[in-house]
Amino acid sequence: MSSETQKILTTDGIPLEVSLKKVERRNKFKAFLLVSPLLFFLLIVYISPIVGMLFNSVDDRMVTNMLPKTFSSMETWDGKELPSEEVFKSFYQDFKILVDKDEHGKLATQLNYEKNGFKSILKKYGRKLNNFEEGNYKEQTVDIHERWGNVDYWRAIQRRAPAYSYSKYLKGVDMYQNEDGKIVQVEEDRRIYKKLWVRTLKIAFYVTLLCFLMAYPIAHLLATLPMKYSNLLMICVLLPFWTSLLVRTASWMILLQQQGVVNDFLVWIGFVADDNRLVMMYNATGTYIAMTQILLPFMVLPLYSVMKTISPSLVRAGKSLGGTPFITFWKVYFPLTIPGIGAGSLLVFILAIGYYITPELVGGASGTLISNQIAYHMKYTLDWSFASAMGLMLLSGVLAVYWIYNKLVGIDNIKLG
Amino acid sequence: MALPKYTEPHYRIWHYVYLFICGCVFFFLIAPLFVIFPLSFNAEEFLVITDGMKRLDPDAFSLRWYKDMVYGTKNPWGLAAKNSFFIAIFATIGAVILGTVAALGLSSRYMPYKGIIMATLISPMIVPLIISGVAIFFFMAKAGLAATHTGIVLAHIILGTPFVVITVTATLSGFDHSVTRAAASLGSNPVNTFMKITLPLILPGVISGALFAFVTSFDEVVIVLFLAGLDNTTIPIQMWTGLREQLSPTILSVATCLILLSTLVLVAAELLRRRSERIRGINR
Repeated sequence: MSSETQKILTTDGIPLEVSLKKVERRNKFKAFLLVSPLLFFLLIVYISPIVGMLFNSVDDRMVTNMLPKTFSSMETWDGKELPSEEVFKSFYQDFKILVDKDEHGKLATQLNYEKNGFKSILKKYGRKLNNFEEGNYKEQTVDIHERWGNVDYWRAIQRRAPAYSYSKYLKGVDMYQNEDGKIVQVEEDRRIYKKLWVRTLKIAFYVTLLCFLMAYPIAHLLATLPMKYSNLLMICVLLPFWTSLLVRTASWMILLQQQGVVNDFLVWIGFVADDNRLVMMYNATGTYIAMTQILLPFMVLPLYSVMKTISPSLVRAGKSLGGTPFITFWKVYFPLTIPGIGAGSLLVFILAIGYYITPELVGGASGTLISNQIAYHMKYTLDWSFASAMGLMLLSGVLAVYWIYNKLVGIDNIKLG
Repeated sequence: MALPKYTEPHYRIWHYVYLFICGCVFFFLIAPLFVIFPLSFNAEEFLVITDGMKRLDPDAFSLRWYKDMVYGTKNPWGLAAKNSFFIAIFATIGAVILGTVAALGLSSRYMPYKGIIMATLISPMIVPLIISGVAIFFFMAKAGLAATHTGIVLAHIILGTPFVVITVTATLSGFDHSVTRAAASLGSNPVNTFMKITLPLILPGVISGALFAFVTSFDEVVIVLFLAGLDNTTIPIQMWTGLREQLSPTILSVATCLILLSTLVLVAAELLRRRSERIRGINR
């Protein structure tokens, strides 16, 4: 075979091709070795807990572990009529253990989520617990309250038997699984989360739009002015960019309050009456104004870096071919800036959708976003699995936008400062 | 931007309108920062510009809130500042080391799966802070690092690395790799080559990444809110509590100091950017 003999060999007698591949493999390994400390650090401390949230969000073992005997005796129950004596007996035993551990309150809260009215009948049940006599638990239980004789309540208990459930995700979009196992919306007046999602998207969208409308002219001015003026004006963009978020939020709180500078000014020019000052804080207006100013640099910088690369001779060429300034701008300049618009808008949108601090401080009731709700459940209701579910829903939205950003702009092209 | 003489009147008008709009936007961007200065010298306890201040009456101004910031009884700012600097410095060191080394690997042309790995390394910058906060809190609670400086430093390293990775990869994109090969051919080992050749050349990128990492850590509140105990309070946490509970002018004194600090950072970052551009310009 001639090709075998013609293979180029290195001095060690190994074919060159093999040797080169070996070197390349070694180089690949070297490059990976350099990245690996950070990569593994992030995988362990950051990515794995985020994946862990997925587990948290479907973890429903709390009730499962509270009523182990009840659920095992319920396995054969068809759910049509009241469960057997056996089930009532095991429920009594399980509940007694819970009372001893002082955990029956938690169970009441959990079951009340499933069906309203559980709290009161469980309380009553707990009070009568010591009066129970051996045998005929069914009759004694139903005697405590007639609702214990209602099969719907037992079905509600049975629904909490599985160790894992996606009910938190349903709750996050104002839905739940009803008695028949169908997924339905909650009553009209109790729908809060859907409204919150819509509001978050709406605020993020309008903040992005406002940022775009404000950033475009100034980015254009910065890109076309001579260096010595534009550097000076650039400070106006960069100083807020580098300034603490809390400082900027604080200054908006001072400006927007009812006795604040903006209201003072409006009264002084006679726009509003002194006793009728505008309420611009602790509502959505405050969130819009403060978030727009805070996120504006993130729109200006990508736009500026794109506009800087557009040669002024293109616009001049357009004009010399008879285009009016407006036509030239619209047909020549504007299309060239679209990459910058895309980059800036996606960046601002991603940042806005997950904003927490500013809405919390100036948003009040009507200006808070989904992040604030997540924090609320983390810190006050301690419903961590619900917080995780909401967080993951938000995250999947952000990652979708991130993916688009990566496709259109490329993360390697993120520029800072 | 002077207009040519032959400009038609309506374009002339439009041009001035455009400049006016730009002026308004610049004002909107920068003015809020300047409200803080006069109010931090307020002699009164209110966060409004008093009549005395409007008349420029010297009695209406005082340094009492600055004194309160430094000497005030039971004031939390000393401890907060100490913690903030401690956490930010260590988080910056960690982020710079991990980020620079990773950036070196990422900009090698042999790097496998570059796209997905880069996306992973940048993700802490993209993922909403509240979600990062929840996830890191779960981890630190399990690892027994909640309410410790170590936990907060680790969390801030996570947040800081994307900035270092981005700035250093950007510097390395204009980097002429033949200089490291030249060093190697002259008998230098890789570590020596990195310290003597590569690092001095990419230093502007490294330092500007470090500035970002420092500022991110120094200004971070969401994750610290989840992780901090009473001993780990930081400046942002104190400001956050102050802003939520009662706006005292002391906060504005602190804010003024922070604005001065960010001005310094801005100047440093700007000088570095120019230097880095110059170095890359020579290479081209």
